[in-house]
Amino acid sequence: MPERIDREQVTKVAKLSRLELSEAEVAEFTGQLSAILDYVEKMNELDTTDIEPLAHCLPLSNVFREDSVKESLGTEKALANAPQRDGPFFKVPKILDESFGA
Amino acid sequence: MDELSARQLREKIVAGEVRSAEAVAKVFERIEKFDPEVGAYISTYRDEAFETAEDVDRRVSAGEAVGVLAGVPVAIKDNMCTTFGATTCASKILENFHSPYNATVVEKLLAADAVIVGKANMDEFAMGSSTENSALKRTVNPWDANRVPGGSSGGPAAAVAGRLCSAALGSDTGGSIRQPAGFCGVVGLKPTYGRVSRFGLVAYGSSLDQIGPITRTVDDCALMLGVIAGHDPSDSTSVDEQTAHVPDYLEKLDQPVGNLKIANVPKFNEGADEQVRAALDEALDVYRQLGAEVLDIEMPHLDYAIAAYYVIATAEASSNLARYDGVHYGHRTERPRDYVEVYSKSRAEAFGKEVKRRIMLGTYALSSGYYDAYYLKALKVRNLIRNDFADAFGECNCIVMPVSPTTAFRLGDKIDDPLQMYLSDVYTIAANLAGIPGISIPCGFDDKGLPIGLQILAPAFGEAELLRIARMFEANTDWHKKAPPLESVDN
Repeated sequence: MPERIDREQVTKVAKLSRLELSEAEVAEFTGQLSAILDYVEKMNELDTTDIEPLAHCLPLSNVFREDSVKESLGTEKALANAPQRDGPFFKVPKILDESFGA
Repeated sequence: MDELSARQLREKIVAGEVRSAEAVAKVFERIEKFDPEVGAYISTYRDEAFETAEDVDRRVSAGEAVGVLAGVPVAIKDNMCTTFGATTCASKILENFHSPYNATVVEKLLAADAVIVGKANMDEFAMGSSTENSALKRTVNPWDANRVPGGSSGGPAAAVAGRLCSAALGSDTGGSIRQPAGFCGVVGLKPTYGRVSRFGLVAYGSSLDQIGPITRTVDDCALMLGVIAGHDPSDSTSVDEQTAHVPDYLEKLDQPVGNLKIANVPKFNEGADEQVRAALDEALDVYRQLGAEVLDIEMPHLDYAIAAYYVIATAEASSNLARYDGVHYGHRTERPRDYVEVYSKSRAEAFGKEVKRRIMLGTYALSSGYYDAYYLKALKVRNLIRNDFADAFGECNCIVMPVSPTTAFRLGDKIDDPLQMYLSDVYTIAANLAGIPGISIPCGFDDKGLPIGLQILAPAFGEAELLRIARMFEANTDWHKKAPPLESVDN
């Protein structure tokens, strides 16, 4: 029986998930995710044609409040866990290369 | 002398008969002696704990008012943010994360003068049913060191069972409070979705996650719930007083529920181990003797709960865990070649296998071409399951079922087969999908001496009655008084 999800799809999903997987992990996940998805297929035994999807159990309504100034975290606390910082900024590698905008 | 419950300990502290500092010292003595083997705690806070305890003792002797958990040593699962120590979620990615704020439940514990002794182990990001997915340490079942404590709140449950604290807070997304409570022979309550603030709880499945107590007795459970329940402006899904009042859970706790109707779902229970089913039958007999009526009902969609859950929970997880980007906090890979590698390598290096698996599964279920077949379908099945409960509660006060199909399994038994691990959540998952409260209480032991849990489910915001029903059983049985054989509790 063909696997429900193949290596190529697993690789694509890994890319979407921003997870760099080793070849061994791709192989392992292909088998495991296929087994899980086979099991999940069980849902198709149920006719859900006229059933509304239920994303949330509470009858939620929007909550409004006054737009007032309150104390916030502050720069030092917000940056305290940063892997790298530069003054009051989070530091990350360059996103745009030199050719951009040339 | 019987050991003290959290509530009794608090009363003795307030009466000046016991000093909180003594109680805390005793707990740390046991932690030093037994936690190297049990492995319940990721971190402990001795200095802070004694400081709080001594402050409570000073205020008691000065005749000042103290909170409802005054001087009581408690543990919290390490996915609740604290400004002291790290909040690791048992993950390499958050191993060194120090939260700039406290979770609302932590603020409430502190306001009630509880003494937080430590942060307990768990499956990484609360994903798992055995605590074996912790990237930081191993927790064993205090009843048998070769077995799992359950999960994902395995640390809090093992700490409560091992008398390494008086009470604890866990979190439950698909059974993560009730199942470890069942495996460890203690009481665990998942409140109604929205009853307790999730602010500062590291998110896994946001429409399913709920914080709740793990305790040794039902009255401790009621006491703890009273402390943490209620509306929080910082969590828009926490329900306000107008929608659902927070009653005094202790007030009528000892009053049995009259005309009690309990529903049993025999067909659904067939999959459980014989000894687990026998214990459930005996529990039903206890209730019958107390005057309850037991009705057999069918809930045709419960068989589909695991399938729907593992689509919905993983879809929510894939979105929630996108925040771990190696930029703002958490692990960052060394020398990334470009910004994409900051994400993909940091995440690959610091997430464990189960977390990766669930992110992948959820991303797939939400991806173009599969959304309708998996995610939307699962939400529809979720509605059918909620309707099953609505129909059932039309004719009964509560539904009973096993907590899990077996007692605690062996370390390593299911870790390489994720689907088998998922299937062990069969009895707990539906309550999260339906948003209703559920409690696990001790109801016996199997022939290996391992605890068996009884699960009771009630309608949304029916915690007060649910606790009374649980208390009826507890008041007429002795299962909750048994302690694991680490060493007899010496008072």
